[in-house]
Amino acid sequence: MNRRGLIEVQGLSKHFGWRPVLRGLDFLVQRGEFVLLLGANGSGKSTLLRLLCGLSRASSGVIRIGGWSLPEEAQAVRAQIGLLAHRPLLYENLTARENLDFFAALYNMPPAERMRRRDDLLGQVGLAGRADGLVRGFSRGMQQRLSLARALLHRPDLLLLDEPYTGLDSAGCALLDELLAAASKSGCTIIMSTHQLERKPAHANRALILGGGALVYAGQVTGDLADRYRQATASA
Amino acid sequence: MKTPFISAVRAIVSKDLRAEWRSRELVSAMSLFALLSVLVFSFALELDKSAREEAISGVLWVSLIFASLLGFNRSLSLEHDQGSLDALLLAPVSRAAIFVGKLLGNCLFTLLVALVLLPLMTALYGVYLLDSWALLTTVVGIFGFSAIGTLLATLVVQTRSREALLPIALLPVCLPFLLTAVRATKGIIGGAPQSEWQVWLQLLAAITVIYLVLCLLLYRFVLEE
Amino acid sequence: MTQRGIDPPTTASPQPRLLRALTLLTALGFAGTLVLGLFVAGTDIQQGQVQRIFYIHMPSFFGAFTAFGATVLGGLLYLWRGNADWDRIAQAGVEVGLAFALINLLTGAIWARPIWNTWWTWDPRLTSAAVMCLTYAAYLMLRAGIENRQRRRSLMSVYGIFAFVSVLLTLFIIRIVPDTIHPVIIGASPQNAQGTFEATSGVVLALLPSLILWLTLMPITLMWHRYRLALRQEAVDALKLELLGG
Repeated sequence: MNRRGLIEVQGLSKHFGWRPVLRGLDFLVQRGEFVLLLGANGSGKSTLLRLLCGLSRASSGVIRIGGWSLPEEAQAVRAQIGLLAHRPLLYENLTARENLDFFAALYNMPPAERMRRRDDLLGQVGLAGRADGLVRGFSRGMQQRLSLARALLHRPDLLLLDEPYTGLDSAGCALLDELLAAASKSGCTIIMSTHQLERKPAHANRALILGGGALVYAGQVTGDLADRYRQATASA
Repeated sequence: MKTPFISAVRAIVSKDLRAEWRSRELVSAMSLFALLSVLVFSFALELDKSAREEAISGVLWVSLIFASLLGFNRSLSLEHDQGSLDALLLAPVSRAAIFVGKLLGNCLFTLLVALVLLPLMTALYGVYLLDSWALLTTVVGIFGFSAIGTLLATLVVQTRSREALLPIALLPVCLPFLLTAVRATKGIIGGAPQSEWQVWLQLLAAITVIYLVLCLLLYRFVLEE
Repeated sequence: MTQRGIDPPTTASPQPRLLRALTLLTALGFAGTLVLGLFVAGTDIQQGQVQRIFYIHMPSFFGAFTAFGATVLGGLLYLWRGNADWDRIAQAGVEVGLAFALINLLTGAIWARPIWNTWWTWDPRLTSAAVMCLTYAAYLMLRAGIENRQRRRSLMSVYGIFAFVSVLLTLFIIRIVPDTIHPVIIGASPQNAQGTFEATSGVVLALLPSLILWLTLMPITLMWHRYRLALRQEAVDALKLELLGG
């Protein structure tokens, strides 16, 4: 959108009470990048993702997405953001199909496209056979697959994923990698948090490592990333 | 790139109705509770013919408000526990649309309870509650306290021990509805001349409008961080 | 740059001179109005000495009105500006106002015992005054139930605004539900009011200073002290967190 990058973060801090969770983060993410957000439990990954989608308010600092500052001007970019959060963000008493239909309506997708897109996605995440099953009967992994479909539904330009492998079996993980690769190829910017370095998508081209709420590494995904990560988490 | 207000509200309301149609857990629990509360009142107050005329509208409204407490708590807990409130906030819809959507759903559920309660009480106590003015009072009153109830339920689900706190938070604040609605209904079913109870209905409507405006202005702060 | 939510732990600063002056003035004023009410004002012909409690009873309600009004104002300003000080003021308003409202109920009950021959009766105005107390007690319970500090501030600002409905209800209920036995001193009493007395010049002489004191100095001074207490509490919390390595 502009030369300064799709996401601009300057001096971003977040406190819960006086407990600092994020301390003075500065980074840029360019359009089309696939960024891995690494860090131990409690290092602030989820908090950062919630801030980046406008669900939470920073204690200080600036977040801009496509030039719009969050969360004040979030309305302008909401339609372009997709989030796969910790919790499934689904309705238990609705079927998989109804869940997607509801979110399609909330995102004001044209009715004709709605149905095609919903059926495509249900097929892609391997839930075509269970489209009319109530979500309350789904396993954790199936809910995660449906959540992924929900996050991708409105073709977001920015996809935020919080520990997306949680609950997925190996087939599910492979499927996720495949879908993310496709999204990345079509120009979608992706930020994905994880604490398992072994499972990282081949397409990821940048990494941010959080340690104790601070940014300890920002750069290319290199061979010695594992060492850097171990150092960062050990010192934090 | 914002979803029109009306389509967002419609999507939220139809989602709530569909989920309720599936589980039927809200309306059935609310209706059962309202019926029980009416029965308990008639035991406790020994509602004979003369006492009935006086007390029946109070029993009706208190039962409706108690039942709605149950429903509002559940309706917002469902959104909160699954994190789907976050999903609503993420969507490109105005925050007012989220409020109005949840409000209309809650209001419809409580109206369904009233639909069960009014004919039943008419039959049980021999008091005619199906008068068109009495129905209008019911609709206005339910809409009014659904507005404040939806706002406070959204607030309370974010606290610890929330089930206990909604009645504590809501009952004092919805007292103006109780006061005016009870007096209006009492006048109407007691066959008093319109000039006597009309003022209560007008007051009820005025309070509803004031609360609705306040809720629309303040909901954003309850919902968003 | 948003400042919302940052809570700089404030170390206890010495009492500002203005606060000390206000405290002294309030104490003197309270003593003064007591002297006026107890000794200077004449004894009521019908009610006797017990009528003197009125010089605290009514002003304490208006003190509560000021304090709860400050809660509304603090809530609105917090939601608008996001400065935590406004929320501290709102909270101080609730606590001070609740204390005043309880004084109001208690003095009313003491007066009612000889005049109405009962401590309490389910009169619309008495009931709504009791509901008002419960509303603000609910405020304090809700407040204690929200752990996230920033969320607590905005949620309680909203509730503080709605809670004021109960204050307005108490104030205006005798206009909309005229079947009260509670006397009205300003304006005409309802027909069935029991225990009305005449606002003679002697009564006004004792009442007016007391009313002004309870409307302004009392709530402002107490709320200021409560506000400072909130700052210290927060500083202690921050210190605890630091020591426990949170």
